[in-house]
Amino acid sequence: MNQAIRRTWLAVAGVFILLVGSLTYVQFIHAGALEDNPWNSRQLYDQYGSARGSILVNGSEIAQSVPSDDSFGYKREYSQTDEYAALTGYFSMVYGSTGLESALGEELSGKSDSQFYDRIAQIFSNKETHGASVELTIDPKLQKKATELMSGHKGSIVAMNPKTGEIKAMVSAPSYDPNQLSSHDSKSVIQSYSELNQDQDKPLYNRAVSGDLYSPGSTFKIMDAVAALESGKYNKDSELDNPQNLPLPGTDTTLPNYVNGQCASRSKADIQWALEQSCNTPFAQIAMDLGEDKIAKTAKNFGYGQDLSVPLKVTPSNFPSGMSKSELALSSIGQYDVKSTPMQVAMMSSAIANDGVQMKPNMVKTVRSNSLSTLYDFSAEKLRESTSPDVAHQVRDWMVNDVDNGIASGAQVDGTKVAGKTGTAETGTDGNNQAWFTGFAPADDPELAVAIVYEDVDAVTGAQLTSPGAKQLFEAVLNQ
Amino acid sequence: MTTRAQSSQEQSTAPDAEQHVPKPRRFFELLLLVLSWIVAIGAMCLVDLGNTASWDHRIVAAAAVLIVGSLIIHVILHLKARYADPFILPIVVVLNGIGLTMIYRIDLTTPNSSVGSQTAWSAVAMIACAAALWFLTDHRVLVRVTYISLAASIFLLLLPLVPGLGTEINGARIWISIGGRTFQPGEVAKITLAIFFAGYLSTNRDLILLAGKKIGRVRLPRFKDFAPMFVAWLVSIGVLVVQHDLGSAILFFGLFLAMLYLATNRFTWVGVGLVLVAIGGFFAYKTISHVTVRIDSWLHAFDPAVYNQQAGGSGQIIQGLFGLASGGLFGRGLGNGRPDLVSFANSDMIVTAIGEELGLLGLGAILMLFLMLVSRGFRAALGTPDAFGKLLAAGLSAAMVLQLFVVIGGVTRLIPLTGLTTPFMSAGGSSLLANWFIVGLLLAISHSARSPRVVNEDAGDAEDIADTGQLGATAAISKLGSSSHEETASSPHTAGGHS
Repeated sequence: MNQAIRRTWLAVAGVFILLVGSLTYVQFIHAGALEDNPWNSRQLYDQYGSARGSILVNGSEIAQSVPSDDSFGYKREYSQTDEYAALTGYFSMVYGSTGLESALGEELSGKSDSQFYDRIAQIFSNKETHGASVELTIDPKLQKKATELMSGHKGSIVAMNPKTGEIKAMVSAPSYDPNQLSSHDSKSVIQSYSELNQDQDKPLYNRAVSGDLYSPGSTFKIMDAVAALESGKYNKDSELDNPQNLPLPGTDTTLPNYVNGQCASRSKADIQWALEQSCNTPFAQIAMDLGEDKIAKTAKNFGYGQDLSVPLKVTPSNFPSGMSKSELALSSIGQYDVKSTPMQVAMMSSAIANDGVQMKPNMVKTVRSNSLSTLYDFSAEKLRESTSPDVAHQVRDWMVNDVDNGIASGAQVDGTKVAGKTGTAETGTDGNNQAWFTGFAPADDPELAVAIVYEDVDAVTGAQLTSPGAKQLFEAVLNQ
Repeated sequence: MTTRAQSSQEQSTAPDAEQHVPKPRRFFELLLLVLSWIVAIGAMCLVDLGNTASWDHRIVAAAAVLIVGSLIIHVILHLKARYADPFILPIVVVLNGIGLTMIYRIDLTTPNSSVGSQTAWSAVAMIACAAALWFLTDHRVLVRVTYISLAASIFLLLLPLVPGLGTEINGARIWISIGGRTFQPGEVAKITLAIFFAGYLSTNRDLILLAGKKIGRVRLPRFKDFAPMFVAWLVSIGVLVVQHDLGSAILFFGLFLAMLYLATNRFTWVGVGLVLVAIGGFFAYKTISHVTVRIDSWLHAFDPAVYNQQAGGSGQIIQGLFGLASGGLFGRGLGNGRPDLVSFANSDMIVTAIGEELGLLGLGAILMLFLMLVSRGFRAALGTPDAFGKLLAAGLSAAMVLQLFVVIGGVTRLIPLTGLTTPFMSAGGSSLLANWFIVGLLLAISHSARSPRVVNEDAGDAEDIADTGQLGATAAISKLGSSSHEETASSPHTAGGHS
């Protein structure tokens, strides 16, 4: 009988081998396919029901995971969505994620490489996965002020510290409510999304870093001025022709000067005056004289055409290539196919403000794992040397003059030197424009560089919004 | 003393076997018990740490029952069965503890509340085990209840069919309900059937083997020798088919075949049995809708029509597979999985919950524990001198393996998924009670296998005389426990069958 017992035991061992093999197949070999199976809701619950880290501004949550009563366990909740939706983005089980939810998805979900040891620790401590929380560099007062300025308008504001690159405010208007898209009720999510997506005003775009991009208009003259100085062919004393209308080579059209300033009063102008009154024709001539390559190189030095993440992914601004002289003339005043994000325009001013050195813009102050260890701590990072300090200082002085004596005077702040440049880009046929202001203050020790753009405003309204808006932003920072 | 050293001593057939005095090894068992408490209670603490700030009283109760119960059994072993196998009790305590942990953990995230009654049943089951050891000083007395066991088996299996008493849960009528509590008599019938098979086969195996016509190389037993076996088999299978419990049917038929083989050492009979299963299974598939649904949802599990089927669809098995897959190699950690997505996560599907949270490694470790436990059962079968004890120990161990095969094979889609409990782990009082009682029997048999014996103590047992032959009893015991010499020793007895 013992032989039978032994043989039975062998069969038993065989059964165990079979079972271990079967489990290995399901849990290891075939596991990936099972996890990807569309019927497997675990992934969905995992990803969209996990306790993600919070996004904080000055210690208060603008996005956080709160326990939910459904099968998911947690849901994402956003507060102050008018101010912060463009930054946080949404976290939707139907449409994926955008904004910081996407850009910092790994950290927020706790899956980044730097959180490896935290994950190991979690296995033993048995805490629910809790991603890292992210504190932003955003100044809530400034963000609030910027949101107020944009209220009822379409457009964008970017404000940053030119010396460090910290982004202090970023607004894209109109905003939307990411809570509607992050609900676990896919029907209502789909409904909300299709409404937002069909909205003519494109609330889902973050205009500050992406979307359709803007024509920078006359703010691009700063680039022309830098290129002119760098070329050595021009200096602050150079006298330029200032015709009211410049015939564009190869076409039967002319480029007119800016009509709302005093351009018509002088037929010759130096760069300072041309900037102050934002006259088009002198800069078109500089550009045609220096050539496309030189302007393009300067633009590139200031960030055009360069990839960047702040960590929101910034769509590269575009300065076209292979242009005819007339196209180059139009491009030199920020028209034609020149496309810019407000981020890029703010970075341009920042480089001028910071002695020609462009700091890497960044909106993340700290990333803290749920064990409170710091995974990332902001430190200022030099992005590139855009131009020489001398050139930067000269352009800065011109921009200060622009605010003191020129058409950007609305940005004047009592007791502080402000540097600025306005811009108006014609976009449509309805006579409405994109109105710009970019600049920084205090000019000699800059704390804030801004780019402001309003869409679809007439020239007068634009002028009333942009420079005075910048003044309010500067005051908000300087009076703190 | 280490395990290896001990077992090599047991294995040795040294001439000085007379001087080899078996050691009780109760202290070793106590050490292992402490280890098992650490594992089981550690797991409970992990679940509690992650979910509640303070110690849940349910966990304290479960831990207390495990410790006190296993200590009681340990003390009784000390008094009544000093030479019992020291591994069996600690292994079972770990398994029971992990089962309680998972049930508690599933209680926390589902509307279930089973850990309280599971703890109470653990206590009852451990008392049953202790009582079995206390009163059953010699397991051979069970031979006397061979036919009572058969009657009891039939009675227990028929019980759920009694109107007013039987309860149908989830399409299977295998429960009885008394005062709001449900009980599955089939679990106990597993033991009584094993006792019957062991008792009948140990006394009649010669008749079954030797008397009867020989057709070719196969000798068929006389009908009158085989009839009681046939009756037992027919009733258990027939009743279970009527009750719609395919899992138990496989278990009982497997037990029948395993014990038949253990008693006769004839593969041919197992072969004939398996052919009968195949034929029977085919007809069941064609004619019994319950079986058809089961097999279809196994073969075509990923067919959307089958998956979405309301009753008997493959939803449960596929959700179970997803659970196992999400556990992967290392598991998601206790408390981090989603067993709430799998129906019957704390009973029939508890393996998927364990696989999800403890991973392939955790489940593999649990399987190893089961393999060790079953191996100790087979070890006891090898060691005990009486045929009844051999058959009972090996048969009960084989039944446990069959049950695991049906459960794990089912959830991994190796075989069709049928409802059976995982021994010591699934929520269910009857299952716990029956399996702990089996542990009591195995411990008792292992005691008789390992304890020193007075020469000719078992002289009254014909089987023993035959097996031990002319050798001194102690030497014969060590021989029995070691090699295949037994076949030589008993060959004069079974020569007719072999030649």
